[in-house]
Amino acid sequence: MIYDFFLKLFGNDVLAMLVSSLIPLFILVLPFTLVAVWLERKVSAHMQDRLGPMRVGWHGWLQTIADLIKLIQKEDIVATDNDKPLFNLAPILVFAGSYAAFAVIPLSSIFIGSNIDLGIFFIIGISGLVVAGILMAGWSSNNKYSLLGAMRSAAQIVSYEIPTILVVLTMVMITGTMNLRTLSEMQTGYFWNWMIFGGPDFGVAKFIFIPLMIAGFIIIYISTLAEVNRTPFDIPEAESELVSGYHTEYSGMKFAMFFLAEYANMFAVSVVVVALFLGGYQSPFGYLGNLFNAHWLIPIEQFFWFVAKGVFFVFVQMWLRWTLPRLRVDQLMALCWKYLIPIAFVNLLIVGIITVL
Amino acid sequence: MKTIEEIFEILKAKFGDSILELKTDQPVEPFIIADPLEIDKICFFLRDEEGLLFDSLMNLSGVDDANGESKNDESGALNIIGGTLSVYYHIESTKILHKLCLKVSTQRENPEVASVFNVWRHADWQEREAYDLIGIKFLNHPDLRRILMPYDWEAGHPLRKDYKNPEFYQGMKVPY
Amino acid sequence: MPVEIEENIKTKSGNLRTEEMILNMGPQHPSTHGVLRLELQLEGEVITKVIPHIGYLHRCFEKHAEAMTYPQVIPYTDRIDYLASMGNEFGYAVAVEKLLGIEIPERVEYIRVIMAELQRIASHLVALGTYGADIGAFTPFLFCFRDREKILNLFEITCGARLLYNYIWVGGLSHDLHPDFVRLAKEFTSYFKPKIKELNDLLSYNRIFTERTANVGILPVETAINFGVTGPMLRGSGLKWDLRKNDPYSVYNKFDFDIPVGQGLMGTVGDSWDRYFVRVLEMSESLKIIEQALEQLPEGDVTSAIPKRVKPPVGQVYARIENPRGELGYFIISNGTPNPFRVKVRGPSFVNLGVMDELCRGHMVADIITILGSVDIVLGEVDR
Repeated sequence: MIYDFFLKLFGNDVLAMLVSSLIPLFILVLPFTLVAVWLERKVSAHMQDRLGPMRVGWHGWLQTIADLIKLIQKEDIVATDNDKPLFNLAPILVFAGSYAAFAVIPLSSIFIGSNIDLGIFFIIGISGLVVAGILMAGWSSNNKYSLLGAMRSAAQIVSYEIPTILVVLTMVMITGTMNLRTLSEMQTGYFWNWMIFGGPDFGVAKFIFIPLMIAGFIIIYISTLAEVNRTPFDIPEAESELVSGYHTEYSGMKFAMFFLAEYANMFAVSVVVVALFLGGYQSPFGYLGNLFNAHWLIPIEQFFWFVAKGVFFVFVQMWLRWTLPRLRVDQLMALCWKYLIPIAFVNLLIVGIITVL
Repeated sequence: MKTIEEIFEILKAKFGDSILELKTDQPVEPFIIADPLEIDKICFFLRDEEGLLFDSLMNLSGVDDANGESKNDESGALNIIGGTLSVYYHIESTKILHKLCLKVSTQRENPEVASVFNVWRHADWQEREAYDLIGIKFLNHPDLRRILMPYDWEAGHPLRKDYKNPEFYQGMKVPY
Repeated sequence: MPVEIEENIKTKSGNLRTEEMILNMGPQHPSTHGVLRLELQLEGEVITKVIPHIGYLHRCFEKHAEAMTYPQVIPYTDRIDYLASMGNEFGYAVAVEKLLGIEIPERVEYIRVIMAELQRIASHLVALGTYGADIGAFTPFLFCFRDREKILNLFEITCGARLLYNYIWVGGLSHDLHPDFVRLAKEFTSYFKPKIKELNDLLSYNRIFTERTANVGILPVETAINFGVTGPMLRGSGLKWDLRKNDPYSVYNKFDFDIPVGQGLMGTVGDSWDRYFVRVLEMSESLKIIEQALEQLPEGDVTSAIPKRVKPPVGQVYARIENPRGELGYFIISNGTPNPFRVKVRGPSFVNLGVMDELCRGHMVADIITILGSVDIVLGEVDR
């Protein structure tokens, strides 16, 4: 609908497409990434009984901008033995893979970047670009540590995609659609219509679904945590073991791209989990717009709820990072293949049987 | 718990000439002087014998006795000719709770002492340090090379009393 | 480069074994606790050999000691194990006092014990905090350092320094206690007891932490004694050996405390978790000793027995104390002059590091950090 609005404004469909696709990027994702970096530093500081950045702006909220300016003006070091095309291309791929996922996520009922019917499928496919980017970064760095880190990271991401896909399949079976916008629309009403509480159709099936949905939610949250390389799964960038893993050799703007891509990725996966299980942009309590009969208010409220839920789950990711130690590589793989995948399969089977009946 | 006199009698009975003397006149601790090339057999006996059971090496130190003839050469630096280098072993038993100190002395030029690597693995790095800093060669040590100084340090063994710092090491000026 | 490594490379390419890789955890690495170079020979992810290369922090302590008088050596002993300086000075003072044969006032002994035990807690806090940080848990690191700040404040009001004190002198102490010290120390002991429980809840029993550390780096007791390993490493393997009880020095025989041993609660006896947990339990035992010592503290003059000129008779002594890392021994040979003839420091970290190769065989690269953290070395002591 925002596309239609711009079409009417400009009269030119290319221009309208350009503006409407850049809007989520500049209004939501980039500012969110900057805020996320600041939030992480404050959250970690308060959990560790200290204060964090306090001087740059009110309680340090300009610290990220200061860091970015510093990173931009740093020297871009490329060692002689590095494979230059791969070395330069890798951060761009990782960055693009993370940001491209936002194209199909509905920000509110009037705005979605691209209303394709393959929403979730597209997101999972685009995550493959990130793996390619990481492998390229590790290989072209010409450094044993980076190569080890990149291989571990690639193995981890690819393995943990499987439980993610299984749980997504479960959701697709229940709702019958892969389009994220339709999924979010189906969860209207109050919060007990959310998928995690069994879905909008009231009946016996709804109550049987609740434990299965909760199990699926936990599985997908853990798997997406592993996909974005956050502790307890951050072996690829463990600084005490491999000195930053696959992005050891990067400096300046390229490092900034890896850095920003990580936070955008975190937000993307937490938003996908929210859209699948917790109602996307739907409000849990009904809309103020409905209350006051101001229907133009509803999309703004939905946007607010969307951002709030996404930020909350990003906060939980940060909370986990600063509390738990990290798993060793073989324990990580064992967790995925020996525990998460069987449970996800069983979940899928049971849900499938119930849906058919 | 055995006193040092009893241990001395036991060792003298078994090894005879390899055990040289028992020195008890100096403070604080008395020690037994033994033959440097037989010290490994002595230590095996000390570790495995019932009633002695010295299963732990507390310390192994190399010492430059500096008891040779010292004269100054043309640049005024000290040179010591002759004399001995010594190794002191402090051992104890974790089961019987007694301690012992042994000393071996060997000549300054071409010093050789039998290694106790196979008796207590603790001696591995301690003997490498004694070799590195004092210059004592331990026979039958599997990997005798420098440990604290750089591996290619040519200028001698630093803890000797007549050690002089070299002028240059790999192009860098040493005394600065 | 040592000769054997080059031979290894030649035979590998000769036999077409191309899986073995040599990885260097270089002198500059965030987790090797100092300038330690570990050369790892790997086959895939599994370690076949670990060769530590040390000497990057060699500051020639023993040569310096021969050039100075006995009291002048004390600031140099501080810097051997810079995280537990009181222990180093204590050992040296005990050794020289044995050689001189002097009696020191009881107040001095009690204060030395209090300082040594506070230092033990501070050193264990660093060890445990950095161990957690290596494994990936960043928060306990900061909690441990916050508590350590309180101990360093206590040291600062006594002798003015936070890390390298020059406080315990031959025959006494350099300053008497500050008038507020006893009150502040008692406040610290009551503040710190619940913090140990907090550390346990956060780190020790955490499932991921135990998965990472249990059954990793198992050290059997016989191997430990043969390698000369002492301190929490030896106690973690199950042997109840503590110099404060087995070979008492100073006034430790007047206090009632227990020696914690590793019991294999989370895995086998002698694994990294046991060594870690022995350190946690030792902190609460040290608190007990400090409380008892503060109660029993006698009056007296701390500088009365300090000799004007330290000139021991010809002889030698080997004295040892229980440092937070193990048995710290000083072997001093005196030839009747005011300068020592030979001072040999038996540093516990030097000896404990020798067992790394045995511990790491068959483990993976990520476990090296776990094992090295549980050995708890300080490079100042390894290299002197």
